[in-house]
Parts: sequence; C-alpha cells; structure tokens
Amino acid sequence: MTREEVLGDLRKKFKDDIVEILDERSKKVYIEIKQESLVKVASYIFKDLKARFNTASGVDMRNHMEILYHFLIEDINLLISLRVKLQKSKLEIDSLLPIFEGANWIEREMHEILGINFKGHPDLKRLLLPDDWPDGVYPLRRDYKEWDKNVIRDRGV
Amino acid sequence: MEKTIIPIGPYHPLQEEPEFFMLTVEGEKVVDIEVRIGYNHRGIEKLSEMKSFDQSTFLIERICGICSTSHPFAYTRAVEDIIPVEVPERAKYIRTIIAEGERIHSHLLWLGLAGHFLGYNTVYMWVWKLREEILDVMEILTGNRNSYAMFKPGGIRRDIKSEDIPVVIKKMDSIVSTLEMLKKAVIDDPVIHARTKGIGILSKEDAINYCALGPTARASGVARDVRKDSPYGAYDKIEWDMIVTHNGDVFDKLVVRILEVFESIKIIKNCFLNLPGGEIDANIKDIPPGEGIGFIEAPRGECFHYVKSDGTNRPVRHKVRAPTFMNLPTCKATIIGEYISDATIILAAIDPCYCCTERMTVCNTKRKKIYTGKDLIKLSREKTEILRNKMGVK
Repeated sequence: MTREEVLGDLRKKFKDDIVEILDERSKKVYIEIKQESLVKVASYIFKDLKARFNTASGVDMRNHMEILYHFLIEDINLLISLRVKLQKSKLEIDSLLPIFEGANWIEREMHEILGINFKGHPDLKRLLLPDDWPDGVYPLRRDYKEWDKNVIRDRGV
Repeated sequence: MEKTIIPIGPYHPLQEEPEFFMLTVEGEKVVDIEVRIGYNHRGIEKLSEMKSFDQSTFLIERICGICSTSHPFAYTRAVEDIIPVEVPERAKYIRTIIAEGERIHSHLLWLGLAGHFLGYNTVYMWVWKLREEILDVMEILTGNRNSYAMFKPGGIRRDIKSEDIPVVIKKMDSIVSTLEMLKKAVIDDPVIHARTKGIGILSKEDAINYCALGPTARASGVARDVRKDSPYGAYDKIEWDMIVTHNGDVFDKLVVRILEVFESIKIIKNCFLNLPGGEIDANIKDIPPGEGIGFIEAPRGECFHYVKSDGTNRPVRHKVRAPTFMNLPTCKATIIGEYISDATIILAAIDPCYCCTERMTVCNTKRKKIYTGKDLIKLSREKTEILRNKMGVK
C-alpha cells in the first residue's frame, strides 16, 4: 500500500468518524476523529495497516483537552497522529489497552498527570507520581497550582 | 504451593537506578511481577514549558546521561518539523557521527553491566576499559565525554576539525580489533550460553503487542529500526545493515547489541569518508505556531518527542517518550515462568534507563538541610575515621 492508498482508504472507511485531515508534511498526517470512534479507527490502523503505536501525547488546550495517538506505518514511513478532543467537563475516553498492550503505561501516565479517565483500563493506578501526591492535583494541567508549601524552587543559578 | 513475594529495589546493590520490582514466586519460579517506577521523576516536561526553545535543548540533554544525544536529536527534529526547515548536509553527517558514538558507548556500557549481573566481572572490566576509548573519541570530537551539547534546532553548535578525523579513525580501528576479540570471547563463552540462552524469551507476537522497540524488538525477529524505517540524518546516504535475530532470549539481545557496535563503527567511518563541506547551521530565527514530531533511534529504541508551539519563544507542550517506557512492560511477558536467579539478567536485558522513562522537578524535599558536595566529602571522611577507630586501624 502506498501513502495515497492508505489515506484514501481511511477517508472512505471512516468518513463518518473523521472530522478533519491535516495533510501538510510528506511523512506526517494529523487526523482529527470523533471521540467515540477512537477504538474503531485505532484498531484498524494497528491491526490491518500493521502500524506501530509510538505513544500518545495529552495536551491541555485551556478550553478543551486533546490527545494525540501517534502511529507509525513502518513500511511506507508515514506517521499518523489521531487527534481526539475532549470536553473539560467530561474527561473520559475508551482505553486502547484491549487492542494492544503498548497503551497500558501511557494511559496510566495521562490519567495521573492530566486527569483523563480511560474507560476499560483495568488498573489505572499511579505510575510516576509519588504516593503522597494528593488526589485530584494534575501537574501538567494549565491551572496547576503549587500544593506543597515545602517545595524548594530555584530556577537558574 | 505457597506464594512468596520478593521485593527488588527501589535501592538494590544490583541496580544502578532506583526502581521497584515486586516478584511473586512459587518455590523458585516467578509467577507474577509488579513494576513501580517514579523514583527518578523530575518534571522535565513541565520544566521545558518554562524555558525557551534554545534552553530546552540543554535541559532535555540532561534527561539522561547515557542518551544525552538521543533526546536533543529527537527534540531538534521536532522543532525543525514545526517550521519546517532542512538541516545543512554537513550538520546531518556530524549529527549521525555523534549519535552513533553514543550508541557504541551505550551498548558497551550495557554489555559490561550484563557481565556484572551474570557474576562475570572479567567481561565487565574489559568492556568498560574499551568504553573509555570511545569516550576519549567523543571528547576529541565534541569536547565532552558525555552531554555533548552539540545540537541546536537547525543544525549543530560546533564543527568537527579536519585534523581530528585521522586520529579518530585510527582510534576506531584499534577499537575494532579489541572488540573482535571480545566478541569471540563473549559469544562463544559456555558460561554465558548457560546463563542466557533460552532465558527470558520475548516472542514476536508479544514484541508487536507491547510495541517493543530497538534491540529488544530486533532480537525477537521484528525488523524495526527508525534509522531504516524513516531515515533521518545521513542514514539513508551510507551503507549499513540492520541486525535482526529471531530467538528473543537474553543471548540474542546480547548478540544484537554486540553486532550493532560493529555497524556503528562502520557508519562513523563511512560518514567521515563522505563528510561534505559547507554550513553547519540553518540559522532559525522564529518558531511559528504549530506542532512538530521528531523521532530517532536511540541506543535502546525509538525516542519520541512532540513539541507544540504557539508562536512565542517557549513550547506550550513538550511530550517526551523514551524507549524504556515501551520496553519495560515487556518484562511481564518475559519473566513469568522463569527462575528467580535469572530475574536480574532478564530485567536488565532490555537495557532499562529509568532517568529517561520518568523524566518528569517536583522537588519535594521535606528535609530542611541541603547537602553540598563539600558536606558529603566531610561526612564521608568522618565516617571513615569512626570506622578506623572502631577497627583499631591507624
């Protein structure tokens, strides 16, 4: 399959699920999809297109939250980033763990640092943050405030 | 049979970095494993949002001491992807040389440690002696043994002097001959065979399912290497081979790494032979709003950076994903069913790097006193003195 075939295929198969395709770079494509279609599209890309899951990047965009799921199709050197937008009032999305094991840790990471809930993830426990970190404080959110009065900050000596 | 829990870590004499493994064993067989990381979490993604694009290059160079080129390499590629800008040819070649030098010293470091974990300290001493020579080469080329500070968005900071090149090539040749000897000694050694063959097997299906990367995946027969799959730098302009083996056990991971060192030396020599002249920097002025992705093959697998810019001089989001983040979960597939005595080498076989994995400073120092280097030396001398007095040594 060539790059054009893959993109044409995705357009045809998921025309109701895709919101927008941003195709500006020769080796990278950003595809915005609807929140509920994530499992369907990701599973097609991983299983049928034989892509490798790189990672997912969660971004706090002030008004909404964004997750980018990056997949690399190694044979044709194309990086597909699936963009999903989440409302701040309802930070919940289906887990990709049932499709492939590689999504396990990154979902745990996004759960603790951005506070996104992954439906279907069996074990969303702490991964990186210390045990005495309070619940409901998410360090990578824009509205994060220092909660610990004993923290020593020295920037730039 | 009764189940017993054996904790390894977070601070353990066999580990260089803090991590915690909770092994559940039945007799001598491991039946379950639980990994807890986060002891090295420094909040680098958050810090990077407070620094300018240029400063960030130095910050993320300090994510890890061993992969101190991989992270800036991926990051600069991500920033160049935002603009987009093409890096000058000479800079591409020099970047490749530095990245491969790092791969050699990183693989040798692992090989030495693997020998150490197996209780085979001769390998450890020999390999680390050889690694010193690579660090010397890097010092000649960049001025530093580690944390080279050669990368900047758009190119590199310093050029390589042409009078250094013959010296480096000569050193590389001498390394090859010692390495040949080591390769034979390690690959044919019956002790290493007995300890590593058929141990900790990662099947091809599992490697794909866990999205394993780098030598961990290549030892399981998954031909996956960013340098071949989506070439960057000078990797598509020179000849080299990807090393793939098929058994997936610890021995195969060892073989992949040793053979890759030879390939890296080949790449460095080829780069020097074809080194083009010209500029080394594309002189980037402003970074427009947008997002960019950079990924490269670090010694342990693919290193992935996502940078989002809003047109100011700071990134609004900088996501870092180090290879160990994907490789470490594979221990669930490799360690279960193995003997407890093999656990350390299986866990070490993916060449874990926790600094990278946990990148994120939330300096939560409850203690009021901060120790400086001088204080520590003083404390250490005092302790030695007390011990001497106790033992009656003058």
